[in-house]
Amino acid sequence: MKIILAFIVLFPLAGFLVNGLFRNTRSKKSIAYYACSQIFSSFFLSCIAFYLVKNGGSEVVTYFDFIKISNLNISFSFQIDQLSALFLLIITGVGFLIHVYSAAYMHEEEPKHFARYFAYLNLFVFSMLILVLGANYVIMFMGWEGVGLCSYLLVGYWFKNNNYNYAAKKAFIMNRIGDLGFLLAVFWIINKLGTVGYTEVFAKAATLSTFDVTAITMLLFVGAMGKSAQIPLYTWLPDAMAGPTPVSALIHAATMVTAGIYMIARSNVLFSMSAITMNLITIIGLATALLSATIAIKQNDIKKVLAYSTVSQLGYMFLGLGVGAYTGAVFHVMTHAFFKALLFLGAGSVIHAMHHEQDIRNMGGLKKKLPITHLTFLLGCFAISGIPPFSGFFSKDEILAAAFASNPIYWVLGVVGAAMTAFYMFRLYATTFLGNFRGTKVQELHLHESPKAMTYPLIILAILSVVGGLIGIPEILGGNHQLHHFLSSVLTSEKPIHINHNTEFLLMATSVVIAVIAILFAVNKFSKKPELSEAKGLGKIFANKWYVDELYEKIIVIPLLAIATFLKNIVEKSGIDGIVNGVGKYIQYSARQIRLVQNGQVGSYVLFMVLAFIIMILIWVNDGHIYKFLTQLF
Amino acid sequence: MPIQNYIIVALTLFTIGIVGVLVRRNALIVFMSIELMLNAVNLLLVAFSKVHHGAALAHNNATTVGAEAQIFVFFIMVVAAAEVSIGLAIIVMLYRNTRSIDINFLNRLKN
Amino acid sequence: MFSFLLILIPILSGLLLFFIKNEKSAKSLSLLASVLTLAISIISLSSKTNLNFSAEWIPSLGAKFSLSLDGLSKMLCLLNSISLPIIFLSIFKNDNKYSPNFFGLMLLMQAGIMGVFLASDALLFYFFWELALIPAYFLCSIWGGEKRIQVTFKFFIYTFVGSLLMLLGIIYLYLQTKGSHSFSIQDFYSLQLSSNKQNTIFCLMFFAFAIKMPIFPFHSWQPDTYEQAPTPVTMILSGVMVKMGVFAVIKWLIPVLPDATNHFSNIVILLSVIGMLYASLIAIKQDDVKRMIAYSSIAHIGLICAAIFSNTINGLQGALIQMFNHGIIVIGLWIVADVIEKQIGTRKFSELGGLAQKAPTLAILLVVLSFANIALPLTSAFVGEFLMFSGLFKYNIWFAAIAAISIILGAVYTLNMVQKIFYGNTVSATENAIDISWNIKLALIFLVIIVLVFGVYPMPLINLINS
Repeated sequence: MKIILAFIVLFPLAGFLVNGLFRNTRSKKSIAYYACSQIFSSFFLSCIAFYLVKNGGSEVVTYFDFIKISNLNISFSFQIDQLSALFLLIITGVGFLIHVYSAAYMHEEEPKHFARYFAYLNLFVFSMLILVLGANYVIMFMGWEGVGLCSYLLVGYWFKNNNYNYAAKKAFIMNRIGDLGFLLAVFWIINKLGTVGYTEVFAKAATLSTFDVTAITMLLFVGAMGKSAQIPLYTWLPDAMAGPTPVSALIHAATMVTAGIYMIARSNVLFSMSAITMNLITIIGLATALLSATIAIKQNDIKKVLAYSTVSQLGYMFLGLGVGAYTGAVFHVMTHAFFKALLFLGAGSVIHAMHHEQDIRNMGGLKKKLPITHLTFLLGCFAISGIPPFSGFFSKDEILAAAFASNPIYWVLGVVGAAMTAFYMFRLYATTFLGNFRGTKVQELHLHESPKAMTYPLIILAILSVVGGLIGIPEILGGNHQLHHFLSSVLTSEKPIHINHNTEFLLMATSVVIAVIAILFAVNKFSKKPELSEAKGLGKIFANKWYVDELYEKIIVIPLLAIATFLKNIVEKSGIDGIVNGVGKYIQYSARQIRLVQNGQVGSYVLFMVLAFIIMILIWVNDGHIYKFLTQLF
Repeated sequence: MPIQNYIIVALTLFTIGIVGVLVRRNALIVFMSIELMLNAVNLLLVAFSKVHHGAALAHNNATTVGAEAQIFVFFIMVVAAAEVSIGLAIIVMLYRNTRSIDINFLNRLKN
Repeated sequence: MFSFLLILIPILSGLLLFFIKNEKSAKSLSLLASVLTLAISIISLSSKTNLNFSAEWIPSLGAKFSLSLDGLSKMLCLLNSISLPIIFLSIFKNDNKYSPNFFGLMLLMQAGIMGVFLASDALLFYFFWELALIPAYFLCSIWGGEKRIQVTFKFFIYTFVGSLLMLLGIIYLYLQTKGSHSFSIQDFYSLQLSSNKQNTIFCLMFFAFAIKMPIFPFHSWQPDTYEQAPTPVTMILSGVMVKMGVFAVIKWLIPVLPDATNHFSNIVILLSVIGMLYASLIAIKQDDVKRMIAYSSIAHIGLICAAIFSNTINGLQGALIQMFNHGIIVIGLWIVADVIEKQIGTRKFSELGGLAQKAPTLAILLVVLSFANIALPLTSAFVGEFLMFSGLFKYNIWFAAIAAISIILGAVYTLNMVQKIFYGNTVSATENAIDISWNIKLALIFLVIIVLVFGVYPMPLINLINS
């Protein structure tokens, strides 16, 4: 197992190194083959690892001591269990498909940039694998920052465009804010427990006070907020769509953004101990799901719609975590990875066909020209809208059922969000694929279905989106929820939900009916008459993302820069340096003044002599008082 | 006569001498003021010597204790005369060089 | 013996260089001498014997010429001896800007710094402390930028005032030693002073070290000096010389004055934390590569100082590791700044851009160093900063939390720098830029390898310090 895990990680690393270092000398074909083959090898080994832990059991393998000082021992070790095995499969599997897709999508790039792209992509997979395989919080943090780095590099991949660079920087910095929380949580754990290994921490978790647990979990959750784009740190994700579309699919939909969910699921023992944090997670998750769904309704950029939908779906996952449905959340991570990767790649295929046009108002009627993309995209839309028996239905339903068990209001809001999801997804679908083509003539002539390297991944992901839910069929529908049993040994603190079967069935039916109504409404509304004009009223607020970016700019960025300017120009120059230079200047000034005394006049020297003599006499004569006073002084 | 009177006279002379040195610019007068200070000291020396000698005579008729200072004063006067000649020579040289005996011209110490 | 050789070789070769007129041979000789020093320093790492050296120096005062090489000094001597060959390599193909005297003074400065790290006698320590300063003064005032005279004067006077106060403290301690007085560090360690006396001496000596490190608000000499000094000198100043202050705190201040350290640790940490945020904020608004790196360096040193005074094992270990790593990283950043200044002729962000298209190798190497500068995991700085923050956290949660904001600010200014220099479209200044030459490439790759190796496997460094 030690060797298998090492190679799972080393294959992508090798891909990164080879493609990165020899980027100038290799052909595009060999670059693409090499990168894809590395990920496929990793996927293959992941399957073996998955098979080995399929029937329960977990293993921690230690490679070397990372940091070992007298009172702290952090080893470089990996932990393989059901949770990490599942994530391994998602990362390497979806990752492989996206690599293949990228090879075709990025074919216009120069070889050296093509190699750079694949090197970054491999590095990302490497970091993500470190994140999920790490057996302690520090190794997880390595991967955690590593994926942030790759996200930065890939979002800013087209580095000539400064807008993309700003987006990349924003993504990295907002992630860093979250990372700060993560890091403080790790310090807190080290401080209280003296260890960072999962097994040791969870074993000793019971010794922590409620305050400590709450603080640790809150801080960890701040980390998750940053990485998984939750309120208030979600604004980077839509901007991160500046990167190439496959990157958005891999990093900003399927894998990296789910790292927060992975981390909380991994730490479920800690989180279940703090009711306050759990409530906070629920509320934040729900609020994010609803807020970003409203924004998604009014976006016109095909990738932005998907980005906000990702934020919204992540909100659902956090809702699931918050109400204790860890399996549901992980299940949704998996199904979401399938259908959201599919949707993004489908969008990429559309953008590819449309010659880098992303505005859906200029599309329409693509159904005929892009049959495979259209069909797979439609399946993805059904999956995300929660229509049975597509995968999204099962995972979303599980979360909603758990939310109902926790508090019916959560369920109501969740269903409202689900209805909005169905609505904006089919708005997107109808505007893009139905109706008449609204682009330019040149674009119309050029419309074509994408090459096989792009459509095959779409087909595979579409199949997975359709059947992926079958591993988690709830009991009520005659299944026995295999995923639940599979993960039960990791998600130990999950409590079963108690709702009556009739109620559960009713809830399920209600949410499906509402989603179907939303779909019909959206298709009806937008297939004939797409929304081309600028939004007004409430819609304008949605379209402008609730002005959150502007708000952050006003209350954080501008004041901070103002303070920095103040410090640089006033405090540093006149204050601190002023004092230092002032001391020097004062000494020079007084020296200049005192120098005047030495005027060379004999008379004045004599005068000083006499004066000094008189003062001396005074000191001695005055009954020794002054003398005594002076000796006391020095 | 009490010793205080001598001291007061000597002090007065000395102070006149100091003030003279400080305020006058004519080198000759400065020089004379210096002499005045010297003689103030001489006067004091003689006066103290007389007092000491008188006190010693009360115990022993033939003693010379305390009288040495009166002889010393003569030495001082001789040396002072020699010093005056050198001092006046300097002043003459000064006059030759600067055509003036104003001591404020003597500020070469500054540079 | 090793310790003596580490000082002797740079001194002798430095003096020899003053008599060489030929530029080429001066370059080669200095490179050779510095590589020789590096070799000795590497050999001494694994050596258990022959580490110490002692001889009579000024017997009437009880001052000895005694040197010792413990784990910490081994590491710092290694840093010192790595930095010089790298610096010489990076200016090897330079135009004829630097005369043989330049190299001689550089080697003398190295000898002085080496002596500071090695001395185990307080007077000798002071002697080397000043010896390191004097060549720095000449180097800056002869080969520096436009405002060099003024700035170097300020630098010299500022640090010199500090040194004098330190000398005062040393003499006071010397007078407190028992029997016939001695300057030996062992005697200093065994002093039992009342806490009042300790506080006074602490203030005197800490002032000197705070200026050298530098700690807010004693830092104002630093950005000017780094900006005006010739870049190779800046590399030594910020990479190695500021470590003298940190090192002195660890070796000469805390163990000698334990009560005063406890008494003042709150204030010192507070100053350090304020300094971190302050310097980070100012760095964000800098338009000059060199000044930005200077302020970033102040922020990092602030963290090191805070960690040392946190009085925790984690903090101290992290600080020790970070002293080495910061030196390596910052030298790399300076090399890049130097290349940019030489090639493009400007250091202003506002006049740069798009260099990544013209100099991809430089861009990649700088990006790695930049991410090391913000302590990304798998670079060596992460290990140090992680331990330091965890130590600071143990000392006080709020200090750690506030100090950690500088992690975010660090990302802001570092990424700003990368973006403004390398990304975007080329501008007129960078239109004709070319990629770096082999010697600079070699120097930077060497540094990057050190950064990455110790980032993945830092144990050799940790073991070295604890040996």
